[in-house]
Amino acid sequence: MRFPSYTTPREKLWHYSYRTFCGLVLFFLVAPLIVVIPLSFTNSVFLQFVPEMKIFSFETWSFNFDGYGTRWYKEMLGICDDNTGTTVCTDRWMIGIKNSAIIAVFATFFAGVLGTLAALGLSNKHMPFNRLIMALMISPMIVPLIITAAGMFFFFAKVNLVATLPGLIIAHTILGIPFVVITVTASLAGFDNNLMRAAANLGGKPIRNFFKIQAPLIAPGVISGALFAFIISFDEVVIVLFLGGPEQYTLPRQMWSGIRNEISPTILAAATILVIFSILLLTTLEMLRRRSERIRGVSPN
Amino acid sequence: MNNISTTDSQGPLLTNDGVPLKDSLRKSLRRTKIRSFLLILVPLLFVLLLFVTPIAQLLSRSVDDIKINEAFPLTFAQYEVWEDKSILPSEEMFAAVINDIRITHKLENSEGKNIGKNLLGRSGTRMTYEYSGWRSLLLKTVKEAIKVDKKSKEEIKPYKWDAPYKERMIKRDKRWGKVEFWQSLGAMKDPYTMGYYLNAVDLRYDANKNIIQKVEYLRVYKTIWMRTLQVSLMVTIFCLILAYPVSYLLATLPMRISNILMICVLMPFWTSLLVRIVAWMIMLQQHGVINDTLVTILPCFEGMVNLPFFGATNIDLCFGDEDRIPMMYNFTGTIIVMTQILLPFMILPIYSVMRGVPPSYMKAAQNLGATPTWAFIRVYMPQSIPGVGAGCILVFIVAIGYYITPELVGGKDGLMIGNFVAREMQQTLNWGLAAAMGTMLLFAVLALYWVYDKFIGIDNLKMG
Repeated sequence: MRFPSYTTPREKLWHYSYRTFCGLVLFFLVAPLIVVIPLSFTNSVFLQFVPEMKIFSFETWSFNFDGYGTRWYKEMLGICDDNTGTTVCTDRWMIGIKNSAIIAVFATFFAGVLGTLAALGLSNKHMPFNRLIMALMISPMIVPLIITAAGMFFFFAKVNLVATLPGLIIAHTILGIPFVVITVTASLAGFDNNLMRAAANLGGKPIRNFFKIQAPLIAPGVISGALFAFIISFDEVVIVLFLGGPEQYTLPRQMWSGIRNEISPTILAAATILVIFSILLLTTLEMLRRRSERIRGVSPN
Repeated sequence: MNNISTTDSQGPLLTNDGVPLKDSLRKSLRRTKIRSFLLILVPLLFVLLLFVTPIAQLLSRSVDDIKINEAFPLTFAQYEVWEDKSILPSEEMFAAVINDIRITHKLENSEGKNIGKNLLGRSGTRMTYEYSGWRSLLLKTVKEAIKVDKKSKEEIKPYKWDAPYKERMIKRDKRWGKVEFWQSLGAMKDPYTMGYYLNAVDLRYDANKNIIQKVEYLRVYKTIWMRTLQVSLMVTIFCLILAYPVSYLLATLPMRISNILMICVLMPFWTSLLVRIVAWMIMLQQHGVINDTLVTILPCFEGMVNLPFFGATNIDLCFGDEDRIPMMYNFTGTIIVMTQILLPFMILPIYSVMRGVPPSYMKAAQNLGATPTWAFIRVYMPQSIPGVGAGCILVFIVAIGYYITPELVGGKDGLMIGNFVAREMQQTLNWGLAAAMGTMLLFAVLALYWVYDKFIGIDNLKMG
């Protein structure tokens, strides 16, 4: 760091302590996630760093990886070569991943379609009750999940949707809609309506114009909204706890019961995979954002 | 549309087809309105039917006392004519209870299925909420009241119990002789009740439907409401303290570097909530990373030292195994974990506002003679207020309805109102109370949502 010559020592001190503070806050944000990764490769049954996991020994001056292995990953996949009987072998994790994926894919699709339709309709400033409808469409994001879950439980019980896959898909679709509405609205705000007028002037039919001109331009917004909806659904546990039956074991629900009841490092294996998954999603989103900026001719800075 | 002059020297402006331009414009505007409406229709109906209706029904459940009025019409009618409510009611009231039980017990729905037994059971549960013991008393009495005399030769066999009932019932269970049980009926006699709401804030009705405080040992919910408020406020304040400097750094650094640092903010934001909780359990538990580190690195010194002024003193500066700090499954755990989880909700809005503040303003202020600190306080901070407001409301809204984190890391003294809604829903099955607490929480959140929408605009919400 180069300071101008007139900087006083007090300013330098302030500068460094400020940077240190910010560094600590950022560390506070990511540190827990990073800790999960090495611990998921433990060979012990404890959810903590045991002495065997010390990689480097100062006494013998040598590396030692005996404490590490992929035992818990195998366990998560349902491959059981553990004969010690310390853990219960279960295929619930795989069933959970499968169920979560099914629910998330359908919920994302419906939320994407419904959210985009709503955002397109709401982009018309002359629409009456525009603001009210917008607030209504976004409310599932604001209402505490526990209330949504309780309300849906009673309502779905009457129409026999409790403990069914469609019930969960509907619930997750509703949770996902606000995110799609917000991102698509944002990308529509940057959309130049003159393009549609020009296309109409040139004789294009409205539907064709939409798919040829508007759709590609708002696509990044739709996709990032859909990604939000996907991650919300994939990570959702409160509604599943209320509405899900014994058949609907999802990944978060399995993690939930893992945390509450049988604390085993399998949770860490699942967590590591989810961390990597979220990094991939984040990268995709960032690429989408850059792409949409490039399309619109806006560059960062 | 106002800038088009509608009158010309040759009369109104016409389009190619000879229609006045104004009419043509109005028509096209109407067409776009209809098109937008059709686009919104399906999603709107979907949300109205499957989200708004369930919540509205939940709200109605919080004041609903209809069922019990269907089960005990005669009893409640007698309650109205019961004059001196400090002494036991007369024989008519006892008879009304028995008759109600007998009629309700045989109640059938349109398909001929008995619904009366279920109704009586639920009524008993409802009555227990007003005065504990009602349920067992009622079920015991039902069993006796419906016994018939099997030896009788008549077509419709008479009941074993006949009038007068008063002595019989008190002999069977002396609780019928307690006036408190009868008085508690008063709180249930109307088809709609505020009782659940009163219960949710530790109040109750007395015999004359006056609102009074609950008995000392039954007052639990007020503490929970206060704690919910306390946790939400503390988390909001901590988030603000941590987020403001970081947002400033991110906003002032060159885009290239701040984008990299932004990953640190966005990665937890995108990671599963449960993963983050697991991660914190590893960090904060008794044998967690933080406690282990403290035990390892803190110096351990124990022994006698000759201090000036104090003389020989025994000093114990050890951070040993017994000194490990409990940071999980308690209030502290809830605060730490929620702060980390909600921090991105604070950083992102503040950051996006700060990015829009031109750095030249600060320089101008300093040029005009302000010290850097003064310039920051007087020029920069006021401009960042919208972001701070947005972040605070957002964090507070999310925090106040939290359920997962307190449930998993809160232990006993970190539980919030959301956890009690779930508890009433799933364990005690007092759905009316759950609905009442949920409604109060919902209105708190909606009020804040309204404030947010009013001042910041809900469509300005940014996510990553």
